[in-house]
Amino acid sequence: MKLEELRFGTELVKRGFAAMQKGGVIMDVVNAEQAMIAEEAGAVAVMSLERVPSDIRKAGGVARMADPAKVIEIIDSVSIPVMGKTRIGHFVEAQVLEALGVDMIDESEVLTPADEDYHIVKTAFTVPFVCGARNLGEACRRINEGAAMIRTKGEAGTGNVVEAVRHMRAITSGIHELQGMDDIEIAARARVIEAPYEIMKDCAVRGRLPVVNFSAGGIATPCDAAMMMQLGCDGVFVGSGIFKSETPAEMARAIVEAVNHYDDASVIAEVSRGLGDAMPGLDIHTLPENEVLRFRGN
Amino acid sequence: MGINIGVCALQGDVSEHVAAFKAALSASGQEGEVFSFRRAVDISRCDAIVLPGGESTTISRLLRKNDMYDPLRAFRGGIFATCAGLVLIGREVDDPRVEPLGIMDIAVGRNAFGRQRDSCERAVTITGDNRPFRGYFIRAPVILSVGPDAMPLCYADHSVVGAVQGPHMVLSFHPELGGDLRLHLLFLERLGAYTPAL
Repeated sequence: MKLEELRFGTELVKRGFAAMQKGGVIMDVVNAEQAMIAEEAGAVAVMSLERVPSDIRKAGGVARMADPAKVIEIIDSVSIPVMGKTRIGHFVEAQVLEALGVDMIDESEVLTPADEDYHIVKTAFTVPFVCGARNLGEACRRINEGAAMIRTKGEAGTGNVVEAVRHMRAITSGIHELQGMDDIEIAARARVIEAPYEIMKDCAVRGRLPVVNFSAGGIATPCDAAMMMQLGCDGVFVGSGIFKSETPAEMARAIVEAVNHYDDASVIAEVSRGLGDAMPGLDIHTLPENEVLRFRGN
Repeated sequence: MGINIGVCALQGDVSEHVAAFKAALSASGQEGEVFSFRRAVDISRCDAIVLPGGESTTISRLLRKNDMYDPLRAFRGGIFATCAGLVLIGREVDDPRVEPLGIMDIAVGRNAFGRQRDSCERAVTITGDNRPFRGYFIRAPVILSVGPDAMPLCYADHSVVGAVQGPHMVLSFHPELGGDLRLHLLFLERLGAYTPAL
């Protein structure tokens, strides 16, 4: 490479963007007013949406990319990065989001998948992608497709953190197992979990995913957020948990501070006081199978 | 007894900075500790402080919340700041959402190169070093003006993207991501040569 050239959208520039989000909270917002509340509360970025996941569940039908007018409204209202969601496999929605100027694209199981066999070829884009994963195999496949950031899926729109915990623990223990293996054992495991050997080897050497790993899907309180941080994630996405709570601005600030001081229970206790009701929760075991989002996009 | 380098870990690419300074210490054969900190009381343990890249609005809010503005302003050691750190350290910033520390005599423009799609790798020239440096610019700020107390250090085309003042060094881009340690080593060298006025 000639150093004189400008190079856009390189792997390092994409993964570097994700690294700048570490230790932060990324909040779902549906309009400029919410985006400004999120920014004021200390969010590192906002996810621009037509509806938050709990309302997507209620609305039913096909959930698609947000109206570009909505995305632009949100981009124009804040100075922090703005992300946008595309359906799994819907590379044209992704092209449109990139053209609108979003800073990161979330290829998300929260929307209705557009392709049940192929994810988007994310290396073809200048803008970085974040993708959901439930376990090490999914995470490595997404990284192989070019994801610059992984978020554990959890179960979005439920206010129930149990799946987020399961997925974070699955990735961590998947990597711990690799660390005890030699190369041929990693190669054998790669066949079992259908993931590329090179990325798994990279995980074994680093003792973590080679990209930033946030937690998502069901985080509804400062304690939830701090628990995910103690379980080893680099930051959290909070979807319905902020603007479906009784006091969104206070909840947003409290979750930012809980992530910041995730290992200090006295701070978490202090910021959790008097927040009112968190978002209404859903029992995951009563969800009909077609409403379970985490099984989308393996 | 070595140098104590504390990376301010309120938010941002903290582990990258810790790794880069550990590598720089070992490359220069210096003794020292590199650690991250999140409380104001830890500032007094540091000979040098790193303000990492991240989101400057978030870090600004957390600095205020954790009562770190005044201890940082009173800090007598060297500060190494990249990207969001640069936005925070100046006398002036073009965005009311960020409260500047006023430690360095520079004015800073946030997100001067545009959105993430405009983020790029590009050549940087360092004053006094004839080899170009590969700069990683991620929603990067720019130094709009350099006052008489500070001095420009790095340029990308005609933009000032790095400056020094006493023991401090600030950069628009991210040398902690790329593995080229020249700027870290220069910071350590300047810090060693600098005697703070009491």
